[in-house]
Amino acid sequence: MFKIKLNIEPRLLPSAGAILSVSFFALAIALLAASLIFLTYDIKPVEAYRLFFKGAFGSWYAISETIKRTIPLLLTGIGLAFSFKASVWNIGAEGQILLGAIFGSWIALFSGIPAPFLLIAMFAFGFLGGAVWALVAAVLRSKLAVNEIITSLMLNYVAANIVLYLIHGPWKGQGARGFAYTDTFPESAWLGTIGSTRIPYATLIIGIIIALICYLLISRTTLGYEIRVVGNSIRTARLVGINDFKIALLAMFVSGGLAGLAGVGEVSGIHHLLRHPSHISLGYGYTAIIVAWLARNNPLAVILTAFFFGALVSGGDALRVSLGIPFQLVYVLNGLILFSLIASERLTSYKLSFQRKNEKERR
Amino acid sequence: MDLEFWIVTTLNRALAYGTPILLATLGEIYAERSGVLNLGVEGMMILGAFFAFCTTFFTANPWLGVLIGALVAGLASLLHAFLSITLRVNQIISGLALTMLGLGISGTLGRGWEGKILESTIASVEIDYLSKIPILGPILFTNQNSLVHLSILIAFGLWFLLFKTRIGISIRAVGENPAAADVMGINVWKIRYLCVFLGGLLAGLAGSYLSVAYQPAWASGMTAGMGWLAVALTIFAFWNPLLGMVGAFLFGALYHLSFRLQNWVAPEILNSLPYLFPIVVLIIVARFASKKRIGAPAVLGQPYKRGE
Amino acid sequence: MQKRKEIAVAFEGVCKKFPPNILANDYISFEVEKGTILAILGENGAGKTTLMNILYGLYQPDEGKILIKGKPVQISSPQKAIELGIGMVHQNFKLVETNSVIENIILGLSSVPFFEPVRKIQKKIEEMSKRYGLKIDLAAKIWQLSAAEQQCVEILKALYRQPEIIIWDEPTSVLTPKEVNDLFLVLRKMKEEDKTCLFITHKLKEVMEISDQVTILRKGKVVGNLITCQTTIEELAQKMIGQKISFSFSKKKEKLTEKGEIVLRMKEVDALGDRRLMALKNISFEVHQGEIVGLAGVTGNGQRELAETIIGLRQVGKGKISINGVDITNSSPREIAQQGVAYIPEDRQFALVSLMSIAENFRLRDYNKLPFAKGLWFDWNIVLEHAHQMIDTYNILPPLPQMPVRLLSGGNRQRVILAREFVQNPKLIIASNPTAGLDVGGAETIFQLFLEMQQKGAGILLISGDLDEILVLADTILVIFRGEIIGRKKGKEEGWTEKDRTDLGLMMGGVKLESEVKNSV
Repeated sequence: MFKIKLNIEPRLLPSAGAILSVSFFALAIALLAASLIFLTYDIKPVEAYRLFFKGAFGSWYAISETIKRTIPLLLTGIGLAFSFKASVWNIGAEGQILLGAIFGSWIALFSGIPAPFLLIAMFAFGFLGGAVWALVAAVLRSKLAVNEIITSLMLNYVAANIVLYLIHGPWKGQGARGFAYTDTFPESAWLGTIGSTRIPYATLIIGIIIALICYLLISRTTLGYEIRVVGNSIRTARLVGINDFKIALLAMFVSGGLAGLAGVGEVSGIHHLLRHPSHISLGYGYTAIIVAWLARNNPLAVILTAFFFGALVSGGDALRVSLGIPFQLVYVLNGLILFSLIASERLTSYKLSFQRKNEKERR
Repeated sequence: MDLEFWIVTTLNRALAYGTPILLATLGEIYAERSGVLNLGVEGMMILGAFFAFCTTFFTANPWLGVLIGALVAGLASLLHAFLSITLRVNQIISGLALTMLGLGISGTLGRGWEGKILESTIASVEIDYLSKIPILGPILFTNQNSLVHLSILIAFGLWFLLFKTRIGISIRAVGENPAAADVMGINVWKIRYLCVFLGGLLAGLAGSYLSVAYQPAWASGMTAGMGWLAVALTIFAFWNPLLGMVGAFLFGALYHLSFRLQNWVAPEILNSLPYLFPIVVLIIVARFASKKRIGAPAVLGQPYKRGE
Repeated sequence: MQKRKEIAVAFEGVCKKFPPNILANDYISFEVEKGTILAILGENGAGKTTLMNILYGLYQPDEGKILIKGKPVQISSPQKAIELGIGMVHQNFKLVETNSVIENIILGLSSVPFFEPVRKIQKKIEEMSKRYGLKIDLAAKIWQLSAAEQQCVEILKALYRQPEIIIWDEPTSVLTPKEVNDLFLVLRKMKEEDKTCLFITHKLKEVMEISDQVTILRKGKVVGNLITCQTTIEELAQKMIGQKISFSFSKKKEKLTEKGEIVLRMKEVDALGDRRLMALKNISFEVHQGEIVGLAGVTGNGQRELAETIIGLRQVGKGKISINGVDITNSSPREIAQQGVAYIPEDRQFALVSLMSIAENFRLRDYNKLPFAKGLWFDWNIVLEHAHQMIDTYNILPPLPQMPVRLLSGGNRQRVILAREFVQNPKLIIASNPTAGLDVGGAETIFQLFLEMQQKGAGILLISGDLDEILVLADTILVIFRGEIIGRKKGKEEGWTEKDRTDLGLMMGGVKLESEVKNSV
């Protein structure tokens, strides 16, 4: 009797058409599933999508909200792209964002640095904070061959606890009742925003510049070359004398630092104080992993993917406000899109065919 | 305060609080033993919690709720299984997507369910004769939920299954040297699917416990990172169900203590400990265990393809 | 009157082809008598392992039949093979290191009890191990055992399934001489029990000692079916390596001039292998400028470890290695490369960065040197220009410098590696099986490139399991066996003779020849 066997063979050069069509197919599935959710809320899917797009792009306000959310994804995403290029799996961006926020907050609240230098100091220390946090996992990986995925992941929770400790304890704000948060930062620690929007332009510009720098670094410099060799195969790197330990440390340092910058950006540009960790990092650390992955670890492409996810978040927020659909819908969309995309990526680089299995062929 | 009373209460609460972590950890141990890293535990737990709550609300049957919760989570895990095992995608990304999906679906569907009250839940019980046993009695059998008892039995059962049965040998082989298992006729993919599915069921059961027995209540995000804790404890337990039990109840005790000791020790420090333990374990494993080979299953996270 | 012989296994016209065009088994036909030990002899690539994998159900033949006890069978999987009474002791052990001995033995068996199988089976296994003289601690975990003990587990695993026919794939490669004797005792016990053994090997002495019959394979074909006691070790060697060289290429016979300076000197080098066994013992030889030294030997006798010690990827326990007079023992790969050493490894993936383009791979050795890079920055124009030149010179197809290397064919990838390494004008080239997997045409272009480098004065150490390749290129030949240099041959003006060929065959098979031991390079 015949049995159908699923045959998966590698296809060496997926055609552009294949990639596009599979990606659309993937997105379509995601949209379909989302539509089902809308229906359970008695909302017409079309209506929901209309509001979604309006919320993400429909007005200047909407676009500014999108950009506002793009910035931390951009900064963190670039760092992760950098790290993933070296095959160093930094899952700890969420915690590194928080450490950046912590260091930045300390400078803002307690360092007494005068106005013109305050912001610069905040950012410098924020970078440092995230970088050092990442280095913990990096050193463990280099010196003791401890898997950086688990260590960086665990450190996320330790970081969240540190924030909680600080805002409930030594840094507790004077006016705080109920929810805990620190005092508001002095105005010199606030990032300037574009006009009446809430977009801190400084971090936006920094983000784009860093994207460019990273791109050039990876593709046009000898250091970038070394990173790519290490990311491809450690054996080969060692054969030609590249120090893969140093590269791994550098990768974590940079990605942690950039996440730290994102953290400072949030507390100084949006909240103006330090508060509950989940309100600061907002899962950006995890979303940024998808941002980087989707951009195939190309820092320039991260600009686009960060924008895409920023739009997702602000669109989802609009739905929450106007239709009462919880914010978690964004997570559903994120999850579905991610699933569809990784499944389809596998499908484009492989050729799926169905084969009749008869007795002879069966292995 | 009477020291003995204090210890007994702590241990009692440790069991109560540690049970969902235990269940989730047991599930992850099995998945990882077969070689599949499942970072979607948090998502599966919360899915279980919500669907158990829902079902119990509509049917007034908490046990049915628990069953449905576990099944939904199990089905969700199959998504990760399909991507990781059949399509061989990056298991980290797939697991993260599952978590996102689980948190998202439960949060989206669950709004408006907060604050609802369940008429029938799985309540704590006191078992007459058994609760009179010195020391163990008050800890285990007084004011303790039957799901707690069930979980402990499951832990022992899964330990036995893994180390003392034929299929346990196969599971461990699949996670260490799938090629060897394949050649001996073991269906590597089937074993992996089953283990991941079991992981999903147990994570769902853990969530159900929270919403139908422990609290009982539903609130968005109520699992509060317990799923990640399970991933951590899997390592702390050296992938052994009995040690997993120790770890889960230890964490339960710590959590309880963090409330009690609030005046002396900041709760955040105690709350951080469960996340630092696995790092310590990994260091020990890296340093010393390479000789004793008590580390992670050798091919954890690597998809299997025949001929590679 | 002779007892009519019962045939346990018969192969009829078995063919197996691997893409792109490797004919591993070419109409193989022979019979194996029940209750005998048949040796399957051949060098690398002869097709022995492929054939046995077919018998064990790991591969399916493209053509031909297999008969067990006279009946044609389809062996679709190892389980089917086991059902048919075929067992296999693999060369690369298929054991689960963290499981115990018994757990490995019963892996995958549904006939053992579900609950507590280990405890219930213990006695039976103990008895079995006593019967066959396989002494191991049954409670131990595999990683705790030595290689010989692990092999015992492999053997017990096969025997527990009660096979009538047992395949042994190069079983002595990890054993000391004493352990080999113990193994032969087991084989003789098998014979007593009227079981049939198929014994794959390339070691001639073993064939003579243990087998009743021997089938010799060469380049996928059966070239001989002999009764062991009626043949000689020389005849086996001759058949194993064949008469004619398969390449039509021949080196211009040049006048042997005075040897140039010593480029590579290995002096009494010892090194440990991966499993804490001695991989190299007392290796001493030299390579001169403008000389090609061929290191012949069946793969697995220490060649990889030897290359690694020279390149700096493996620690040397004792002895010295020097290049151009500079002692580079245990130096780093980068320092060694700086002495002008090029390395063409057997594993091409190792030598190339598969995600990068051709142009970028060209620069793997000198990516941070002028003129390609100034300080931190690449000069892409120069890199591309150079790439175009090298693609031209070395005839790489497709001639697109930006093409990712993983999309190139095997031969082209090899040429990228050679281009990169040769363009540095190295003084010493270490090449390991450089034409593996290439067709004759592809191989000959590689030969040409090597000869050009020789003309330029480079010293070349050609490590290869393919004797033909060595006979084409080498001026001096060394043979390695079990980590030792077992023989040397100096080239003469007339080139290599038939006797040389036979001698080399014997040496590759482990036979020390008195006449050659006296020669020194």
